Amino acid sequence: MAKTGTDLVKRGMAEMQKGGVIMDVVNAEQAKIAEESGAVAVMALERVPSDIRAAGGVARMADPTIVEEVLNAVSIPVMAKARIGHIVEARVLESMGVDYIDESEVLTPADEQYHLNKRDFTVPFVCGSRDLGEAARRIGEGAAMLRTKGEPGTGNIVEAVRHMRMVQSQVRKLNSMDLDEVMTFAKELGAPYEVLLQIRETGKLPVVNFAAGGVATPADAALMMQLGADGVFVGSGIFKSDNPSKFAKAIVEATTHYQDYKLIAELSKGLGTPMKGIDIASLSPENRMQERGW
Amino acid sequence: MKIGVLALQGAVAEHARTVEAVGAKAVLVKRVEQLADLDGLILPGGESTAIRRLIDRYDFLEPLRAFGESGKPIFGTCAGMILLAKRIHNQESSHLGLMDVTVERNAFGRQVDSFEADLAIKDVAEDFPAVFIRAPYILEAGDGVEILSEDTGRIVAARDRHYLATAFHPELTEDTRLMEYFLKMAEDAAGKAVHR
Repeated sequence: MAKTGTDLVKRGMAEMQKGGVIMDVVNAEQAKIAEESGAVAVMALERVPSDIRAAGGVARMADPTIVEEVLNAVSIPVMAKARIGHIVEARVLESMGVDYIDESEVLTPADEQYHLNKRDFTVPFVCGSRDLGEAARRIGEGAAMLRTKGEPGTGNIVEAVRHMRMVQSQVRKLNSMDLDEVMTFAKELGAPYEVLLQIRETGKLPVVNFAAGGVATPADAALMMQLGADGVFVGSGIFKSDNPSKFAKAIVEATTHYQDYKLIAELSKGLGTPMKGIDIASLSPENRMQERGW
Repeated sequence: MKIGVLALQGAVAEHARTVEAVGAKAVLVKRVEQLADLDGLILPGGESTAIRRLIDRYDFLEPLRAFGESGKPIFGTCAGMILLAKRIHNQESSHLGLMDVTVERNAFGRQVDSFEADLAIKDVAEDFPAVFIRAPYILEAGDGVEILSEDTGRIVAARDRHYLATAFHPELTEDTRLMEYFLKMAEDAAGKAVHR
């Protein structure tokens, strides 16, 4: 008997994206450029994070017209964002045939206490995390893919680096622990004990962990891969640059060949000005998207 | 036996792990020159359009064709099956065009239609756990193509001479029987090469 929506099917979909770049797009034209540049998926949005940041106000799920337009424009998978805890936005996106939903802190949360029970859905989910506790909670809720939160729309890689390093070092710590110590570690992290046991048994997260939030250059993408990311989300960077197609291709190649520094040097030539970027310290706590989610 | 896994994008590590599990040496192929001393090659699951861009960018297309035409076995899973096919439904051109089949991309639907099923695969298993993810299938197979498995009437595993393709992802499970089958193909091909 055929079974849909299983862990294997949901997580497997993310495994197929490994080593690839997922690009934010706001219309069909951008989606096509992304596909032609070698993106493994696109994220259909109404506004890229830097514009969400500039616009202020409440950021919601994209207009379904945009999502539909993107679904019809490309043959690669299409992802879309729903607000944290917004069951109906997620159901709407699922009903439209979106391939993956990002329960995303880039949008204004709909629920300040609870994330979605993602096990209830057939469509798989990706969620952001800053540390192993957050990662394990999301896995516990049924997320089939993780990404760093970074600090979206800033063009500043520092937070994504922090989050990737934190998760990796906590996984290493867990792996070297005596079994007697795991429950207390679970308590400290606020992580489900069973998820930690599973990670400790296999030595790694049970789902892929991509880099996201602040990737602005090919070198940034390669850096995240080198730090152990399974792939890269690029938000505002591509279509805010002077030559999106060239920029997108350069990010894709740098992600594949992240240790080929001569190649990355070539790729980085003449890309024009990357997005200006924001110093994280200049963002007041309420303007930090990474603080959203619990 | 040395089996390469084309490592441009996709589920590369899983295939490499399965290759090692059946006792062969796995090589992650990122450069054309790495093809030279392989006994067989795996084209992994991933996004076929993305993998094709990288194949073109690094001039892999002709070397991969030549690898197949020299008689060395190639095993394509999902996106790999699309890369191997001679014809792609509703598309004017194909990729490597080595295997005499017509495939349809995303033929089972979108991700919400992705599924698991147990399959009978000729000469391999009666109950192989198959994971289909936005999977293609084979619409038509040429006369010389051996159909190894069907799911609800759709061809999902086939062999054409030394080319093997599955619409599903054996690399996502612990089951190594298909890899053992492919390793045997590589050993047979290497044996023939010695006798020639």
